Formats: sequence, C-alpha cells, structure tokens
Amino acid sequence: MSKGLRIRRGARINLKGKAEKIINESVGSRTYALQPDDFFALTPKMHLKEGAKVQAGTPVFFSKNNPRIQFVSPVAGTLKAIVRGPKRKILEVVIEAQGDEAVSHTVAQPEKMDREAIVEVLLQSGSWPFLRQRPYNVIADPEVHPKAIYISAFATAPLDVDFEFLLKDQLASFQKGIDVLHQLAETIYLATDQNYQSALAAIKHTTHIPVSGPHPAGNESVIIHHTDPLAMHEKVWTIRPEDVVNIGLLFETGQYSAQRTVAVAGSAVGKPHYIKTKIGAQLSTLCEIAEVDTQQNLRYINGDVLTGRRTQQQGHLGFYNNLLSIIPEGNQYRMFGWMPFKDNGIPSLSKTSFAWLSNKAKAIDTNLNGEERALVVTGEMEKVFPMDIYPMQLLKACMIGDIEKMEWLGIYEVIPEDFGLIDFANTSKIEAQEIIKDAMYLMLKEVG
Amino acid sequence: MSFIRKKLDQIRKPFEKGQKWERFAPAINAFDTFLFVPNHTTSKGAHVRDAVDLKRTMITVVLALMPALVYGIYNTGYQHFIQLGQSFTFMDAFLHGAFKVVPMIVVSYVVGLSIEFAFAVYRGHEVNEGYLVTGLLIPMIMPVDIPLWMVAISVAFAVLIAKEAFGGTGMNILNPALTARAFAFFAYPTYMSGNKVWVSEASTLDGVSGETILGSLAAGQDVSYSTLQMFQGGIPGSIAETSALWILVGALILIVTGVGSWRIMAGGVLGAALMGFLFNLWGANALMQFDWFNHLVVGGFAFGIVFMATDPVSAAQTQKGKWIYGLLVGVFCILIRVFNPAYPEGVMLAILLMNVFAPTIDHYVVEANINRRKKRWAKTNLKTA
Repeated sequence: MSKGLRIRRGARINLKGKAEKIINESVGSRTYALQPDDFFALTPKMHLKEGAKVQAGTPVFFSKNNPRIQFVSPVAGTLKAIVRGPKRKILEVVIEAQGDEAVSHTVAQPEKMDREAIVEVLLQSGSWPFLRQRPYNVIADPEVHPKAIYISAFATAPLDVDFEFLLKDQLASFQKGIDVLHQLAETIYLATDQNYQSALAAIKHTTHIPVSGPHPAGNESVIIHHTDPLAMHEKVWTIRPEDVVNIGLLFETGQYSAQRTVAVAGSAVGKPHYIKTKIGAQLSTLCEIAEVDTQQNLRYINGDVLTGRRTQQQGHLGFYNNLLSIIPEGNQYRMFGWMPFKDNGIPSLSKTSFAWLSNKAKAIDTNLNGEERALVVTGEMEKVFPMDIYPMQLLKACMIGDIEKMEWLGIYEVIPEDFGLIDFANTSKIEAQEIIKDAMYLMLKEVG
Repeated sequence: MSFIRKKLDQIRKPFEKGQKWERFAPAINAFDTFLFVPNHTTSKGAHVRDAVDLKRTMITVVLALMPALVYGIYNTGYQHFIQLGQSFTFMDAFLHGAFKVVPMIVVSYVVGLSIEFAFAVYRGHEVNEGYLVTGLLIPMIMPVDIPLWMVAISVAFAVLIAKEAFGGTGMNILNPALTARAFAFFAYPTYMSGNKVWVSEASTLDGVSGETILGSLAAGQDVSYSTLQMFQGGIPGSIAETSALWILVGALILIVTGVGSWRIMAGGVLGAALMGFLFNLWGANALMQFDWFNHLVVGGFAFGIVFMATDPVSAAQTQKGKWIYGLLVGVFCILIRVFNPAYPEGVMLAILLMNVFAPTIDHYVVEANINRRKKRWAKTNLKTA
C-alpha cells in the first residue's frame, strides 16, 4: 500500500519528559516478575511452587483454558514468591535472578519448517503470548488461521517510543521474526510513521503501510479498520515490533528471548531515556538509572498515560509495554477551577481553555479535574475516535449489555485502549475503557 | 486559600461517609465543588484527564448568555420609557430592567435548584450543573410582566416533568427551559401574548403599541421597525430574545469554545432562510411577504437556534443528525410562523417538536452505519463460505 494512511481525527497531547534517544544497554535487575493481569481474560495455573529453581525459558505457569500456552521465566534463578490478591488471584510471580542457564530448543530455517512445527516451537519456548488475537485482544489461539498479522511500529500515544530508533540495530532479527510469522499468516501488515524514510520499509514479506496523523493513528485497531476491517467470525493477530525481534532471536539462538527496550519517560523522570532490559524487570532499578525522585508521590504506569496499567515503585515491568510513564500524583484542590480559561497549563482538548494555543510540552498529574456526571456533551468523543464507529452509541450499548447492538455498532473492531483518548477528553469523566473492558468480558462469556 | 479549604473540610466532616448527615452529602458537595475543583485522582481508565468538566462547560454557556441578558435588561427599561413617552438615561433604563428581571432570575434559580438538590439527595447522586443554564434561560425567554409565581410554577413543571421524571440531567427528551415557556404559554395565554405583556408595566396604560413584530404581522398590521433596528434589538419581545446582535456575540463564544454545535446553528439558519425565501416567492399574505432575512432577526428564532436548539441532551447527538435536526428546526419555525398565526412564535414549538424527533433522526444515522457494517459482513461471509 503505497499511498499510505492519513488519519485526521485524534489528538496530540504533548507532555513533558519525552525519552531522549539514548539506549542504556543490557541493564539487569535483582528480581523479575510475570503478571497474569498483563493478559486479557487469562486464568493462570501454576507449574511450579515457591522456591523452585528455574532456567531462562522454564515454564512457570500456563493458561487454564488452553494448557498449550506456556508462560516462561525470562531469566534463570529461583521462584521467590507467588503474590496473591483477593480470592487467591495470582498478581505476580517473582523470580530472583541468578546464573544464566537457559532452555534450548531445536530450530531450523523458518522457511524449511512447516506451520505446525513453528507453532510448536513458539508454544514450547513461551514466545506464543507475544501474539495476540482480535477480537478482544486475547492471546492468539494456536488452532486459528488468522486473516492477517498486524504490526504497528508507529506509536502515537503521549510520550510513546520511537520504534525506528528502538529497532535500528536489530533489523536482521526483525526480518527473521517476520520470516517466522510469514509461515503463520499469508499477509503481514507493517505500519510505520509516514514522516520517516523508514528502514522498516525494506523488510520483506510485509505489506508496508505508512501512517500519519495524531493519536490514536498508530493503534492497531485504527490500522485494521482502515485497511481491512474485521467482520464477525474473522480473526486477525497483532504483535508488538520488539516481540518480532524476540521471535527472530529465538530462531537465531534456539533460546527464548525476553528482551524489552523500555523508554522511561514522564515529567517526574530526571533523565528520561531508553533502557534495554528484560520483560518483568524491577521498576526500582530502572527508576534509579533514569534518576526518578522516588521520594515524591508518583504514579508509575506500565504503558502510556492514557491506557497503561498502574503499578508501584516496588513493582515490575509489564509483558508488552515499551513505555514506562512516571508522572506526579495529583491530589490538590483548584479554587474556582471550573472557570473557563483558567489553569491553562493543564493539557486540554477543549477550547474552554487556552491550552490549545501553545504547543509547548506540558506537565500533567493524575487529577481527575472534575467529577463524574451524566453524559451531556455530544460530539467530543467522535473528534478523537478516527473510525467509522459511533463511540457514544457503542458505549451506551455496552453499559446496558445489549450484545446484538454491540456487535452491530462495532465491538469486534475495538479494544479498550482505543478509548483512552475518550477517557481523557470527555467532559462527564466517563470511564470508557472500563466500560469496554467489561463489555468484552461479557462478549467472551456469552459469544466466545 | 488554604484557610478556606481547611474551614470547608471542617464543615464537611458530618457529611462524610458513615457520619450523621451522609445522606445530604450531594448538597454540601455542590457548594464545595463550586469553590474548589476536588482533589480526586484517577483510579481506573486513563491516568490523566482533560481540564474540562461539566461545570466549566455550563459556565461557558452562562458567559455566552451574558451579552444578550445585559442587553435584554436594558431593553426592558428602554421599551418601558419609550412607550410611556418619558425621557430617560441609559442607567434609568438599565436599573428599571434589572429591577424587573433580577427577581425572575432569583425565583427561577431558587425554585429549580431546590428541586435539583432534593432529587440529588433522594437519588444519591451529585447535583448536575445543567440547571445553571436552564435556570437562567427560563427568565430570559419570558415576557417581562409575567407574575413571579407563574415563573415559579413553570420552573417547577419543567424540572419535575420535563427533566426529573425522565431520570434527570442527560436523560430528558425535551429542553427543560422551553418546556417551562410552553407550559406558561398554554396555561396562562393572556400573560404570554397580546400587545401589553412585552412592555414592562404596560397593562396599566392605554394606547401602548407593545405588540411584537410577529404579532403585528399575524394581525395584519404594518411593521414600523427597520431591519437594522430588528437586528440591533430595540424592539418589544421576550426579555433577552430581541437583539440578534448580542445573541450573535453569544453564538460566537459558543462556537469558538466548541460548547455549542455550529452544525445545528448553521443548519437552522439555512433551513429558516430557505423556507423564508420560498415563502417570499409565494407571497400570499403579510407573513409570507416578510423578507427572509428579517425572519432570522425577529422573534425568538436567533435566541432559540443559538441557545435552545443546541442543548446537547435534547438535540440530535450524531454529527450528521445535527445538520438534519438544525435544518428542520429552521424550516418548521418559519412554517409555524406563517401558517399558524395563532402562534406567531414558531421557534419554541419547532424546537420542542424536533426534540421529540431527534432520537429518530439519530436512529437512522446510526442505522446507516450498522447497515454498512452488515453489508461488509455479508460480503466477507460469502467469500469464506
């Protein structure tokens, strides 16, 4: 697709603390953790007990619904703790790093392997969870033959990473990963930033889509919607660009690769830059390197400020995210803050503030800036939702749990992350992502 | 600031969860949040939020209403002194108007907000800010000499029947402010039409020509005002509806801030101009011959299309639907004016009518989207089958 994809609706939220383009190579941490909450609708079943010795690549737990899907340790060491929450739900499986033994798998040139063999290697090595499936954004079903695989190397969320920079030294492994994926699906779409003379354009076996526009232009949902929208009963897979590299490395070395290059960014970060570490690394280590003043009351977010998952300073890096956002917690009152054109330092998409006049990067905290109200203002959701879907009508269908309506209004084409900007922008402070997430649980239960 | 905050926290104590007056928390919260935007932080969903909230949106509408209101107050006095043939200064006119209008606003807010607070406490939700606008709109579209008790009853009717009966803010079908006016119009017609009610204290005088322009036209009389006068607003009419000029200023505020839908306004002006123009071509009676551009500036049309038709709750909610809705409001407004001389003020009825049809318009716009999707599914299923 040479003409590219131009997205008009959306918003650029320019925040302070964008990561500088420096990579701090191979940073290790004392402990690593796997968090089942990173995977939508996953019920984990433990393989191991606390105190067990593991190698890098040893299966730690598996999916109850599909025992073939394994989750493996990113490092060698000891399984230190299984942290449980209410109803004994597993929150974290913490592994203390020690040594460097790794599980080996027999691999060949991907072109010479058939689909089944590749699927088996990916499943056994623990690389399978890198692949996620639409609708619902669940871990891919190995039995499914997807219509296509989508990769978005264009991250548009506030403070998000630059994949061109992040991948620049690993293009060979990336190509290898694509070769593997090519055995799984005929079509692979690779979206990149149109403003770049992208090095990724030269990657073989992919359909290259240059994308331009404001957030959420880089979201997979938007790209799928504008290339080949998902119909009922259709399935597509998505994978993050760095995980393509991980799969490439697996087929180069025969060992599970859990590489994760993460941008530590946000106004609370003293030295925002990229750090190359492994999936599940300890946040405290990363914070120290990025010079975060941990004495302050801060919000640590695995992912971007709109859609990420909240964690703490003692927490660990998530499975998928290449961005760690750290911003101050807001806990202050603003006198007469409801007055139009007051507090213009707070980013705002509404013209009731002068914030839109300056394009300067702004600091932001976690204040709700108001209270939840009935849905009154119309039209503001459509402005940040660049798909042929009526977001407010879809949300209302989700609220009342009308499955047929949800299907017709396009629930299969969206995931909660697409509603991040709607969460941000809507006047009534409606929790749109939460509503969509609940709706997806309902869909999974009722429709499957 | 921190002193006030501390004091407020002290006052709030008995209203907090598990305390004695917990039930009445929405009432105290309404006052508290009026002074301070609360310190709540995000707990789920996006971690950061826009500075805009419903209070800010509603206050913006109130700001946009100010020019028309101030002029309306002045015009009340101006009409009074002109018709009485007395000499007066600007201040005289303004004070006379303020003396008439401010009590109406106070009554409207006191009655309306009492009901809103009572329902918020009863239902256990926060007080919504919608009434800040409604409560100001109601006096602005009433004739100046209407008794205060009628304002009170109209407000109570509008808030109870048009809004709370449907579930409160965000759920109502009809615009509450217009419902209040329609109620007064049909319940007390003698106070809402004729040649006396539009000029303050005119009922005690003889020989007042205080008929509105549309009223004169419907009665087959000549209009003695120029288009410029009509535009500028020194004419009899409901308190704040007369000056298209200052309403235009309000419209600009709404459009620039994005709070009011420009689609509805543009659609409405287009619809009314088109209809007026068609009637000009036909020209069978005085109202039909009334120039189309004059239709836009007289009566309640300008005020209605800018401040009432754009109420996001009762208007169409889809972008395409807004065009259709606005266009039809304009068309019906002129239709009613011309064909139903008993109700020269067509815009009120036109907007209420379209309020009822707005969900239908949206239904067909959304249905078109659904059909596109269904068609696509049918095609892909054919391919795979």
